[in-house]
Amino acid sequence: MTAQTLASPWSMAARPTAGRRRQGAARPAWLFIAPFGIFYLLFLVWPVIYMIITSFFNTTLVKNGFGSFAGFANYQEMLTKPEFWSGLWHTIQFTLYTVPPLVILAFIFAILANRVQHGQWFFRLAFFVPFILPSAAIALIWSFIYTPTSGLWNAFQTWLGNSNPSPVLGTPNLAMIGVAITTVWWTIGFNFVLYLAALQDIPRELYEAASVDGATPWQQIRFITIPLLSRTTTLVLLLQIIASLKIFDQVYLMTAGGPGISTQVLLGLVTNTAFTDYRTGAASAASVLLFFLILIIAVTRQVIETIQQRRAALI
Amino acid sequence: MTSTIAQRSRRRTRNGVSAAAPVARVATRRSDGSGRTFTIGSGVVLMVFAALWLIPSLWAIKTSLTSNATSAIGAGPILRDWRLTFGSYSALLRGGDIWDWYLASAFTSVVTVALTVLFASMAAYALSRLRFRGRRLVFWLMIGGIMIPPQVLIVPVFQELELVKLLNTYWAVILPQVPAVIAVFVFKQFFDGLPRDFEEAARIEGADFWTIYRLIVMPLSKPVIAAMSIVTFVGVWNNLILPLFVLSNPKLMTIPVGLATVQGSYGQRLSDIQASSILGALPLVILFLIFQRQIVEGVAGTGVKG
Repeated sequence: MTAQTLASPWSMAARPTAGRRRQGAARPAWLFIAPFGIFYLLFLVWPVIYMIITSFFNTTLVKNGFGSFAGFANYQEMLTKPEFWSGLWHTIQFTLYTVPPLVILAFIFAILANRVQHGQWFFRLAFFVPFILPSAAIALIWSFIYTPTSGLWNAFQTWLGNSNPSPVLGTPNLAMIGVAITTVWWTIGFNFVLYLAALQDIPRELYEAASVDGATPWQQIRFITIPLLSRTTTLVLLLQIIASLKIFDQVYLMTAGGPGISTQVLLGLVTNTAFTDYRTGAASAASVLLFFLILIIAVTRQVIETIQQRRAALI
Repeated sequence: MTSTIAQRSRRRTRNGVSAAAPVARVATRRSDGSGRTFTIGSGVVLMVFAALWLIPSLWAIKTSLTSNATSAIGAGPILRDWRLTFGSYSALLRGGDIWDWYLASAFTSVVTVALTVLFASMAAYALSRLRFRGRRLVFWLMIGGIMIPPQVLIVPVFQELELVKLLNTYWAVILPQVPAVIAVFVFKQFFDGLPRDFEEAARIEGADFWTIYRLIVMPLSKPVIAAMSIVTFVGVWNNLILPLFVLSNPKLMTIPVGLATVQGSYGQRLSDIQASSILGALPLVILFLIFQRQIVEGVAGTGVKG
């Protein structure tokens, strides 16, 4: 196949004498990197550049080309538009609703599962499987649970004595909570698995020593497990914040931003501006703002991770 | 985190310790009374949560096996009616749409996985084994690439695909997902940990880098190839935002996009809706049951998050 036809140019640099080895590696190295590099440039670098450029133009989907130069008008429009700020607020609201339960519950589940030792497969099935399912399947299941008057959630509320519960996804104050509960159920398995993996890396000798010294299980968790998991917690927390800022699927599928715009998030605003209003220039400006918001967190994560790795290397 | 996967898998491959039973090695730990009580308590609490977590899925399964007529009435009747029927499933499987969705998802996922794994491992091999000018630059570009959130690039990617007339083709779904930068790091870390004796011997024999990559490095990398393939597969299979906007032809829709249209088109056929959700989820559940270890380890090791 392609592998065979590619083989010949590589062999040219393949027989270096000891001294030429360094030079001889340059050509094959770039040939090895090229396929991935081309995709990287075409679908990561170029879109970023293109997005930044179009954000300064009145680009639309209905006409070819960039359209007229707009200067900072698109940014000005976004930054003075109530929809943008409410989109930002709903994105942050979603982050605030989902991050604490996703981190804390996952931590608790992992500690308990690590303790129990039996039936690990069952807990992984219960907590982790939802995470690998498509958001669209999850949204169908939960929209059905939240169905007003006849849904399971409603029946549960009635059983608790609330005879006339508000429809979760149809009430502005409740809709985002409904989306958040769905998300916690859907994605907790990711953090659960990260914590569980980190727990295995804690040497058992530490617990044995603590046990010999008479430490109770609570003290062991408090003084061994929690401090040793702090690195994982930082990672989980930052990954979770980044994922929450990119929220799109659940809102699009479950509420379409509604009722009204009470659950509209930034990425939803971006896609609506681009694909409903055809205003890709304005959508790009909103994308750039969201992009840099996420980038700040991502860079923070990278810096923290580098520092932690250096520190770990010193120890 | 990226650094730990390689170390962890290396350690595992060396010791031959199964990752599927992570805590097996701490099995016989506690004998004192308070520890025992605590463990039993933990088990009970965890069982309650696990049961709670299973309810939504079980509810969807139960509804999908109940007739549309019953499920339209409400939660009570669904719970009480135990005349199970596969009516919804047979209707969907005969209806045909779902087969188009399966085909689209399977094709786009498999091709993306193949391209990603091949290209990412090649780039990683160069970064791990070859010394060349610009190596640091490439490395830093990759680090930068990890931080780019692809979802946010949906508008420019759409415009780019429009420009090259690829909208409404499977390639519109495949190509933008190939540069998964994290895969390069995972492969590089794994290669860094492989012993180099064979490769050096092969070099002395006159083998070129491509031969070494193909015949020595890749065969030794089966665990990481498996983990990366499955993690990529799940990610591509589940991607909603990209196919949602670059595909408008119903024949080409992937599972997530197809499922997104279900609520509107099936209306009150609630059992059918739940059955389609189950059918959309089923391939991944099966995949999980077969490749549990690779999926869990791949996800835990790469920190890949949708």
